[in-house]
Amino acid sequence: MAGVGTAEQPLRVAIIGAGPTGFYAADALLRKEGVLVEVDLYDRLPTPYGLVRLGVAPDHQKIKSVTAVFDKVAATPRFRFFGGVEFGKDVTLVDLRAHYHQILYSTGAQTDRRMEIPGEDLTRSHPATEFVAWYNGHPDYPDSEFDLSVERAAVVGVGNVAVDVARILSRTPEELARTDIADHALGALSRSRIREVYLLGRRGPAQAAFTNPEIKELGELAGADIEVRPEEVELDPLSRAAIEKSQDRATLKKVEILQGYARQRPTGKPRKLVVRFLVSPVELIGDATGRVVKMRLVKNELYATQTGALQPRATDRFEELSVGLVFRSVGYRGVPLPGVPFNESWGVILNVKGRVIDPDTKQPLAGEYTAGWIKRGPTGVIGTNKPDAAETVECMFEDLARGAVLQPSQPSAAAAEALVRQRKPTFFSWADWLRLNEIEVSRGRAQGRPRVKFVRVEEMLAALGR
Amino acid sequence: MDIARILATKGDTAVTVRPEQNIREALTLLGRHNIGALIVVDTAGAPVGILSERDIVREAAKNEAVFTRRVVDLMTRDVITGQPHDDLTAVAHTMTEKRIRHLPVMDKGKLVGIVSIGDILKVQRDHYRGEADTLQAMILDTEGGSGR
Repeated sequence: MAGVGTAEQPLRVAIIGAGPTGFYAADALLRKEGVLVEVDLYDRLPTPYGLVRLGVAPDHQKIKSVTAVFDKVAATPRFRFFGGVEFGKDVTLVDLRAHYHQILYSTGAQTDRRMEIPGEDLTRSHPATEFVAWYNGHPDYPDSEFDLSVERAAVVGVGNVAVDVARILSRTPEELARTDIADHALGALSRSRIREVYLLGRRGPAQAAFTNPEIKELGELAGADIEVRPEEVELDPLSRAAIEKSQDRATLKKVEILQGYARQRPTGKPRKLVVRFLVSPVELIGDATGRVVKMRLVKNELYATQTGALQPRATDRFEELSVGLVFRSVGYRGVPLPGVPFNESWGVILNVKGRVIDPDTKQPLAGEYTAGWIKRGPTGVIGTNKPDAAETVECMFEDLARGAVLQPSQPSAAAAEALVRQRKPTFFSWADWLRLNEIEVSRGRAQGRPRVKFVRVEEMLAALGR
Repeated sequence: MDIARILATKGDTAVTVRPEQNIREALTLLGRHNIGALIVVDTAGAPVGILSERDIVREAAKNEAVFTRRVVDLMTRDVITGQPHDDLTAVAHTMTEKRIRHLPVMDKGKLVGIVSIGDILKVQRDHYRGEADTLQAMILDTEGGSGR
């Protein structure tokens, strides 16, 4: 394969999924010295940035500033964006193999884990991810409905997403109106009659995944008092020993913050946000029409595994909590892509260091790679995907040097664009996105908001005069 | 973060050896896969021990005929095992304290992979790098924003 990666024949790479990982991978590819690379970044949605636009909470704008880094990548020569083009539907693996030397999948963890308890599918029980997609203006979810006329809602889990959902449910209309939350969600949440929001952790305060800034923020909400039970944030001997051994000051601080909340008296704010620990839902109970009205919880205790990790174990003590709305946020999984080997155990593409593995031979498949959450599972912050993508890109250049790349019949940028134009005439280019972004930001400026988002694809096409 | 994150990028097979195989065969496997330890499994696939390069070095220092010894004679029994959802921090601490360099991971009685102390260090490094990078991007942002 002499010659691939030169001006005569650039290395042509397709990246599937325009979230942070897709951009970090594109950046690492385009920066490589001595190899000329062309990157086409595909996304099934018209807009880029993945979960930075559609996952990160609207009241956390600062986190979204990372898009400036991605915009710089997009401005480099030999980068193109094909938005609104779905892998497996608009373009297939066979198509990509005919046009690219290498394909990288960075589609993220798109589905939620189930709780596997009776009543999980009752009306008014939802995956937290659907609520997040709805309030962030994901084009697939503008018509989702959540019954915000109930008095109590429970969020199962204490990870980032669970905390985001509980916080958004607890915010006042005034607080939300300053954000880029989707207009349909702003309207619905402004009319919300929810008075109490429960966050339910299955382990203790020391094991909770939320960070100290996140838990502090919950204590500073304009319209909700935080409530914690003193007995649930007392450090058990196992957790205390673990913290002492590891000298983990951040965890100690986290427990102290929660213990501080346990000592506070309510200040009379209209809502209450209750953080519970060492409880797991075992059943959701519905009324005659099949709507959730309460939840049965089991109390947990902690035990140490052989490695010293603390895991929850159910006791024989139960309680009931009346709730009319339930969001589950107990973990995420990747979704298999058509024709791409999948590792069911961990919910990721079958891979070694980012090289996609043939399940039969256990050897790498030529020209196919993965990075981000669909490679390693949903862990870390946005930036964690940068070293992760770099590891995969290093494998890609190693393989190029060995000549182990695909042998596309039409390895040109023009041929790939012709294919996209034929399959998805209404695709969105980077220039289209820049125009949409400009309109969103200017609509926001008029209302004192960071932006007012387009939600439906038809609205976006119309705004572009197409 | 749990140790399943490490197994996710290591394919779906752990390299194993049988107790009656000899050390030359074991060394071939270690070399071919570029790894430092093998899980020793019985005919049913259940782990009965672990054989590390250290075990072999110790024997080689005193026995010229090390290559023909059997795996079962040199392997370490009573192996500490992990579970996929064990916290990375707890596992890192235990491995460091107990000087364990390779940890077999079991899920519902089945061997699902092996985690080395090197794997753990790499994930921790990437985690810190990622956090630093995200914080930097936020601090250097000049646009501000309405959030906190």
